[in-house]
Amino acid sequence: MSGSLFANALVSGLLLAGFYAAVSVGIAIAFGMLDVVNIAHPAFILLGSYAASVANSAFGIDPILTAAALSPAFFALGAVLYRLYHASFERRGREPLRGLAFFFGILFVTEVALILAFGVDYRSVNTGYIGTTWRFGAVDLPLRLFVPFVVSLAMTVGLQIFLSRTFFGRTVLAVGQDQVALHLMGVDPVRVKQLAFGISIATAGVAGALLVIIQPVQPSLGREYIGLVFAIPVLGGMGSIAGTLVGAAVLGIATSFTATFFGPSWAPAVSFGVLLLALAFRPSGLFGR
Amino acid sequence: MERSHARIAALVLAASFSAAAQEPLKIGFSMSLTGPLGGNGRAALLAMQMWAEDVNTKGGLLGRPVKFVYYDDQTNPANVPGLYNKLLDVDKVDLIVSSYGTNVIAPAIPVAMQRKMAFMTLFGTNPNGRFKYDRYFQIMPNGPDPAVGLTKGFFEVAMTMDPKPSTVALVGADAEYPHAALEGARTNVKAAGLKVVYDKTYPTTTTDFTPIVRAIQATNPDVVFVASYPPDSAGMIRAANEVALKTRQFGGAMIGVQYANLKTQLGPLLNGVVAWEVYAPEPTIKFPGVEQFLARYQPLAAAQQLDSLGFFLPPYAYAMMQIVGEAVQRVGKIDQAKIAEDIHSHEFSTVVGNVRFAKNGEWAEGRPLYVQYRGITGNGLEEWKKPGHEIVLWPKQWKSGDLRQPFDQNRK
Amino acid sequence: MRTLTFTGIAVGIALLVATATSVLVENEYFFSASYTVLQFVVLATAWNILGGFTGYVNFGSAAFFALGAYSGIALDKLTSAPLPLVILAGAAVAGLVGLGMGYLTLRLRGVFFAIATIALAEVLFTLVVNWDYVGGARGAYVALAQTPPLGFRSMGRLLFTVMALMAAGAVSIARFVQVSTLGRGLAAIRDDEMAAECSGVPTLRLKLISTTLSGALMGMAGATFPWFLSYVEPHGVFSLSYAVNSIAMPLIGGMYDWAGPVIGALLLGGLQQILQVNVPADWNLFLVGALLVVFVTVAPHGIMGWTRRR
Repeated sequence: MSGSLFANALVSGLLLAGFYAAVSVGIAIAFGMLDVVNIAHPAFILLGSYAASVANSAFGIDPILTAAALSPAFFALGAVLYRLYHASFERRGREPLRGLAFFFGILFVTEVALILAFGVDYRSVNTGYIGTTWRFGAVDLPLRLFVPFVVSLAMTVGLQIFLSRTFFGRTVLAVGQDQVALHLMGVDPVRVKQLAFGISIATAGVAGALLVIIQPVQPSLGREYIGLVFAIPVLGGMGSIAGTLVGAAVLGIATSFTATFFGPSWAPAVSFGVLLLALAFRPSGLFGR
Repeated sequence: MERSHARIAALVLAASFSAAAQEPLKIGFSMSLTGPLGGNGRAALLAMQMWAEDVNTKGGLLGRPVKFVYYDDQTNPANVPGLYNKLLDVDKVDLIVSSYGTNVIAPAIPVAMQRKMAFMTLFGTNPNGRFKYDRYFQIMPNGPDPAVGLTKGFFEVAMTMDPKPSTVALVGADAEYPHAALEGARTNVKAAGLKVVYDKTYPTTTTDFTPIVRAIQATNPDVVFVASYPPDSAGMIRAANEVALKTRQFGGAMIGVQYANLKTQLGPLLNGVVAWEVYAPEPTIKFPGVEQFLARYQPLAAAQQLDSLGFFLPPYAYAMMQIVGEAVQRVGKIDQAKIAEDIHSHEFSTVVGNVRFAKNGEWAEGRPLYVQYRGITGNGLEEWKKPGHEIVLWPKQWKSGDLRQPFDQNRK
Repeated sequence: MRTLTFTGIAVGIALLVATATSVLVENEYFFSASYTVLQFVVLATAWNILGGFTGYVNFGSAAFFALGAYSGIALDKLTSAPLPLVILAGAAVAGLVGLGMGYLTLRLRGVFFAIATIALAEVLFTLVVNWDYVGGARGAYVALAQTPPLGFRSMGRLLFTVMALMAAGAVSIARFVQVSTLGRGLAAIRDDEMAAECSGVPTLRLKLISTTLSGALMGMAGATFPWFLSYVEPHGVFSLSYAVNSIAMPLIGGMYDWAGPVIGALLLGGLQQILQVNVPADWNLFLVGALLVVFVTVAPHGIMGWTRRR
């Protein structure tokens, strides 16, 4: 086994893991902490991709800047969506299945909206760094993957700090653990959840910008990510951002190594097989409570 | 009173005859207008509608205006049998043609067979292989052995290299078309006496192709052949650049590189790649009417947010309708058996050149193009419309330049 | 009503409809469209045994459907078996995998179970893609009989009759499960698994029966699919739409009763068929999505929920 092949496979796996973390950290919050089965999360990721692509083709703006500028809008969208969800489902009884169907509907409606607005052709972005690769000895670092990796890491680490160090952040963690206690302490759990869900959708917007840097997108691409965005937080442990990072790393490296040494065809079987085994032996996830 | 009755009767009769003459000639099909192949399907539809318009301004087919009855099959094979049954039994169309791609063509063939319809199809890699329907026709220019014919050119070009290459890496997506192309490639590789040092496929959901390209590099192949769909075509080419792939010939039968959006997105990254195309704006390619067709197609496509180059499906979709139309006109009536026989026994002059069909409905002589991209300096589209950037290497009759190799050193 | 009586009536209705339509309806389109709708009746009913009755949400319906289809293809390549054998094989294989899934996911509850089913579907999809004997990613063709057997006018009509009978069978089984002790045990698991276990309900055994039965019926629905299309490839057969529909239909129709999935399937399936040929495709998808959202918001217990107090 060549050393440089191994090293590069590891690096590729980590870079991929960074991207995986970005797309799934929103579910770690929405599903892990708030118990909202937002199956439409990939649709919001795609919304972010399209927004970034449009800004890039029309004004030449870098996708990450677009994502940053639009995150308040995505946040607001998430907040509004949560209100709707709460009023229709959560208040009436704890049946996540109906919420799931609701979000399925949102997934399809969003896909159609994208088709109507942009057509079905693939879209992508052009930035200065997409063609560049940094080389450190035998190891290659394509910026097309490295820049999203850095942004994703910044976002997830930032979120973790926010959740564990700030007051609001800790109310979010608390609402996942014990809503009643939180209420008794004078905090409105619904408002907290609303804002947390807003953050979740905001991360989707950013993840979308990263996605369109890495590969071309088209409206039905969201469906391919449903399994992944839920698998990673579940693997890593619900309600834990650190767990999501670990889950992403495990799947990213598994994918990369399988593709390099055994045959890319088997990568999904390996990734999801790992998940199945983890669920069979440790149902609460690697870092779960 | 009898005379005025007779006059009225004559008038009514005349009126009903002319009404019958005006009854539209319905051509039915399903088309992939949504789903991952939707962009292609819509582009094909636009070209077909252009043909219908052209025919109708000249008085229609058999004196009747042509009308399309079509449904979106959403690139989902399960929808196809029902849609074609509706077209034939409920909408009572006179003629049928196919949707785009083997997955949605194959389920329609049994329906066509049951009703004994002549069935012209659009870009499937040998969907008729198992059915062996004698009224099936295919507009993809692969030749009588489709998968082999599609990929032969790439390897013949490779074998012109001096010294001759000895090893080859084969890679493609886990989907119908790439697997079919790879099967054909393996036959050609064997015939050329090349040794296969890498032969793997990847899932269609693959995000990062760099591990795959590195694994390929580790086997040090002289030739690398890729069979892919648009997102992975882009991904593989990007990865090849990022990994600085060292090989003498790189490319393959990659769907997607024919489109405007990939050409502009990848730009100079495409230089040196040897790719399958079905049309190139080179002086050696003289298809009658194709330049006018493209000049009309391009602005219409741009307005509908479709592929604004039109170098892939559109001319062929137009050509397939030309063939159907010409056969129907010559036969003089809607007779499926005679129409099929006519298509089998004539050579047609279309916007993609002269077309003749073999017994199995594929082209009698395959002529997909293998070109090498060259001299692309930026990410604009105008360069691609001019000659000199897609040098035709194969087939010989349209060759417009020689292969520049090795790939990693000769990228301009 | 005794189960045998009900089954007899269901089968009788299926045969009656099949014969009547075979004689009265001229166009083949009716049979193709109805085949698809009836297929969803079976899928929705099957899903609901595990989902509505037992409370475990299976997200991998497509995998079981595909197992049925691919068993058919494998059998066809091996021996060109007759249709009844193919259906049995499809049900058996899918049922076995359902049993295995039950064992594997013993300790998982709620949405974790659903995630595990997604993972299982992905693993099975990859296995099928890499299994060259059944065509892998290239897909597989099944041999077409030149003249349909048993004097049917077309293969489409034959398949429609077969699917109608399968629907009758599935619905009878679902009703039997619902009214029997098994059903009461499953309902106890659905309402509160911990309490059920404490009161002596053999939860493990019942759950395994539920996953096996649900899987087997889904496999049964998939077994005739290759003959409906003549060509099958993995992406189409593992499509997300099977998972979505098999969840949405019981949701819309009502999950606590055997009739719910039937109503949901006839409604949503029928609507999809009608929209497909009358409305541009973009709007088709939009309407289905919007319908899902509206319905689920407005009718929490499905249509059946409107008619009974629960």
